[in-house]
Amino acid sequence: MTPFTYARAADAATAVSGAGANAKYLGGGTNLVDLMRETIERPEALVDVTGLAQAIEARADGSLLIGAAVKNTALAEDRTVRRDFPLIARAILAGASGQIRNMATVGGNILQRTRCAYFYDNEGSRCNKRQPGQGCDALDGFNRNHAILGTSHACIATHPSDMCIALVAHDAIVHLEGRAGKRTIPLTDLHRLPEGHPEIETMLEPGELITAIEVPALGFGRRAIYRKVRDRSSYAFALVSVAAALDIEDGRVRDVRLALGGVGTKPWRAWQSEAALRGAPATEVSFRRAAEAELANAKGYRENGFKIELAKRMIVAALQELAA
Amino acid sequence: MNFNINGETHQLEVDLRTSLLDLLRDHLGLTGSKKGCNQGACGACTVLVEGERINACLALAVQYQDRAIVTVEGLGGEPLHPLQQAFIDHDGFQCGYCTPGQLCSAVAMAEEVRRGLPSFVTADLSSDVMTLDHDELRERMSGNLCRCGAYNGIVDAIAETYAKEPA
Ligand SMILES: Cc1cc2nc3c(=O)[nH]c(=O)nc-3n(C[C@H](O)[C@H](O)[C@H](O)COP(=O)(O)OP(=O)(O)OC[C@H]3O[C@@H](n4cnc5c(N)ncnc54)[C@H](O)[C@@H]3O)c2cc1C
Ligand code: SF4
Ligand code: FES
Ligand code: FES
Repeated sequence: MTPFTYARAADAATAVSGAGANAKYLGGGTNLVDLMRETIERPEALVDVTGLAQAIEARADGSLLIGAAVKNTALAEDRTVRRDFPLIARAILAGASGQIRNMATVGGNILQRTRCAYFYDNEGSRCNKRQPGQGCDALDGFNRNHAILGTSHACIATHPSDMCIALVAHDAIVHLEGRAGKRTIPLTDLHRLPEGHPEIETMLEPGELITAIEVPALGFGRRAIYRKVRDRSSYAFALVSVAAALDIEDGRVRDVRLALGGVGTKPWRAWQSEAALRGAPATEVSFRRAAEAELANAKGYRENGFKIELAKRMIVAALQELAA
Repeated sequence: MNFNINGETHQLEVDLRTSLLDLLRDHLGLTGSKKGCNQGACGACTVLVEGERINACLALAVQYQDRAIVTVEGLGGEPLHPLQQAFIDHDGFQCGYCTPGQLCSAVAMAEEVRRGLPSFVTADLSSDVMTLDHDELRERMSGNLCRCGAYNGIVDAIAETYAKEPA
């Protein structure tokens, strides 16, 4: 680890003004400390933001306002979340371990970096995300865990979060505070596709802080499931995961939310599937057609082509379970 | 910096890069907490902070000043914590390397169940009462690996101590 200074921020404004050019915000540290130890991250200053807003506010209009410093465990444990936003609770509980969820913050979970093994292999591998222009050893390497959607010639790494898959399905809005003031951005727009610049991962300005996540009410949010397929049944990142919520009226899909984990270079909202489903009969045939629509643009690499069919089958299975 | 560990206050200055695990082991001689992976992937370093389990290897010590930390050394001794006795009775270990982490983790896990925290395998997330059956126990303890594969004994020991019905 390279040396750094440390300061604990009492509020968002102090955090933002205290974060200089080479500073990083510190949540639970479960990702950042690991990457600093590998000298992949080399901040000169850490601004500890775990003391910022810890509240989960259930608002009169049915929406939620979740402080960025809320621990992953606390969010999954919250009564309102468990009852009205079960997708969020289930997705969080599908990720990492009890110990890590106790440490991890909502802000840190959203901004966690990829688990691509070549990205982590600082000494031995080429990686465009770590060293722009260097090349990508994953493209022709062991890429079983890599993405099939949103990939580019420069990078095929997944965004590894489970929680974000539920949050993009819920149209979550990220509240930001930076040197130029406050703003909001939909979570679906926060992460960028790698294209030619995988080192630029989000739309955040330098020094911008996540202060809260807003989750609008979703009438049919209780009819939802989160399914995750992985190499072992717990404590592993997703090969493919599906977040789905379904609203059926008279045998037809009135509304639907669908998002995919483990397959996208960013938390993947399945817009194509959703468009194909709205108004369609709630049958296996429509579900399969919708799955095909989303995966039509998927690209398999040496070892992860299986994810294309797996993702389709998981979409169909999830929707069938919700329709039953 | 001020640290509160197993009920004792320690004042010492350490490099800001020191993890809570290295603080315990290298600076305070509390070598019960083990370093398995140093990456959050094994649970051997599990300690309790205000009763909650965390991985000390991913924790920067500086973030945990003035918080009540309990390590395996603080769990029991004379007499043994009931869970420690159950691990002995059920052969909940072979080499013993993962055991301190298993013990700390299970103590906090039982408290999570008691206060009603669901797990990924809980059928009804909104239920008030959680039961610690076999699947729940395995899922909730998945953050603690055992390279010796002593899982049967570990599960039996935890079930005997904390589960109403046998797991
Ligand atoms: C062994 C292991 C297994 C895991 N398995 C899973 C899994 O199955 N599923 C899953 O989803 N995740 C998994 N994780 C990842 C885990 O969920 C993340 O490490 C965690 O959510 C990160 O949160 P944190 O608060 O610790 O972030 P930190 O490590 O503190 O920070 C991460 C990044 O976010 C930035 N940051 C933090 N807070 C803010 C803020 N408020 N504003 C702006 N920037 C901020 C930091 O500067 C840093 O760049 C696993 C991790 C480990 C170690
Ligand atoms: S897939 Fe992306 S993160 Fe992985 S080696 Fe290639 S450029 Fe780096
Ligand atoms: S040493 Fe901390 S989890 Fe392995
Ligand atoms: S007893 Fe040897 S690692 Fe668990």
